[in-house]
Amino acid sequence: MTTTTDDAVELGEEQPRRSPLHEEHVALGATLTPFAGWQMPLRYTSDLTEHHAVRSAAGLFDLSHMGEIRVAGPGAGHALDRALVGNLSALAVGRARYTMLCAPDGGVLDDLVVYRTGPEGYLVVANASNVETVLTELQERCSGVEVTDESATTALVAVQGPAAAGILGRLVSEDGRSGVSGLRYYACTAALVAGVEAVVARTGYTGEDGFELYVSPEDAPTLWRALLETGAEDGLVPAGLACRDSLRLEAGMPLYGNELDTTTTPHDAGMGRVVRLDKVDEDGEPLDFVGRGPLEARAGSQPARVLVGLQGLGRRAARHGYAVLVPDGPVVGEVTSGAPSPTLGYPIAMAYVTPEVSGEGTELAVEVRGRPEPARVVPLPFYRRP
Amino acid sequence: MSNVPAELKYTAEHEWVREGTPVTIGITENAAEALGELVFIELPSVGDRITAGTVCGEVESTKSVSEIYAPVTGTVAEVNQAVVDEPQLVNDEPYEGGWLIRVDVDDATGLLSAEEYSALLDA
Repeated sequence: MTTTTDDAVELGEEQPRRSPLHEEHVALGATLTPFAGWQMPLRYTSDLTEHHAVRSAAGLFDLSHMGEIRVAGPGAGHALDRALVGNLSALAVGRARYTMLCAPDGGVLDDLVVYRTGPEGYLVVANASNVETVLTELQERCSGVEVTDESATTALVAVQGPAAAGILGRLVSEDGRSGVSGLRYYACTAALVAGVEAVVARTGYTGEDGFELYVSPEDAPTLWRALLETGAEDGLVPAGLACRDSLRLEAGMPLYGNELDTTTTPHDAGMGRVVRLDKVDEDGEPLDFVGRGPLEARAGSQPARVLVGLQGLGRRAARHGYAVLVPDGPVVGEVTSGAPSPTLGYPIAMAYVTPEVSGEGTELAVEVRGRPEPARVVPLPFYRRP
Repeated sequence: MSNVPAELKYTAEHEWVREGTPVTIGITENAAEALGELVFIELPSVGDRITAGTVCGEVESTKSVSEIYAPVTGTVAEVNQAVVDEPQLVNDEPYEGGWLIRVDVDDATGLLSAEEYSALLDA
């Protein structure tokens, strides 16, 4: 057999880094995989079981490979406004925002979640494969404020699924309980969880309700075990990167390296709303951020390609890199991510196609290893939680 | 370390062959584990001619897809409908209920012994 795997990034050469939870994964019998220079759990038992557990109960993820960069000091908000496409100075303390770091030509260097942890403090969370780029760019673009890579001293654990809030609630100390249970989507707070100091955020990458917990590497195993133990009765299982990918695909969320890269603008990916052309500087003047000119032009022009959802009408799934065609006609695009959807029971894919074939209901085909498979353009996301 | 039954023959592409008339063909436990839980299997039909070393089917998990290479040349005598209906049988019992096809063989040369296949996995 020859296997093609839809991995985003694999850097094989260097010795892979190990998560502070590595021993836990080994003890749980996880299949480990190289991922962006790290060795991370691909699955513990079965991709499908873990996927379904997150949709119906809860899954526990180790995301310690993600990068955490602290941006702090007077003017940190406006510095980030210049460095990123979003309006971070307007973000309230204790809230989070999905945003992007773009190159001067408007191409996406990384997609990020930025938390405002204090009046002058932000936590920028980057993809593992892009931490170095994000760090370098932020240090260059945010002169005058402190930019520190805290990735090595930060572990990240996510509890995702409809049972997540109940499970987490049982582990939060009495005085932090109301803060966590009342936490809004894309908000964060400091709390003691299983006796461990954590930044608790109601964010995720699965399409379910859930939380991400930032803790010190030394505390991570304590927190991990407590969540596994208390969550077991609710059906929580440890969940690997394989199901994380199928979950985010169903939720229509872009993955850097697939839907996003340096040749893509936020608008191409249907994310034009994250580009805040209306933001202003300290004096109320229109603010010039990196990539502004090309992105402003892109916002007002006809796109060359559009990111769409495809529902496979056959059984063979489209995969990353496969060509999209008009049935019996020319190539009109390329698949960025695709898989058999565990929740929906049919193949799904995201693809860049030309605008004229991007309308909902358009019948297309995907070239799947030498044979075209019929597919239909459908709205994103494929799955929305009930 | 995955299970490599001594009585079977193998290919470097991770198929196994159980001798008999017809022979039985499947994919190894090592291959099934690497793919993850299978969700779709495409197999040739009864009566189809297959040629050793060429693609004769596909197995697909959420994460990956693999082409199945015919380990022998011959005519498909039987297809395991149970694995088509329930692909994860291949993960659960790769050498028993998870067999894929049975083939009336014209040529079954060039297969690996269990020792040779194990050595390949260790390499």
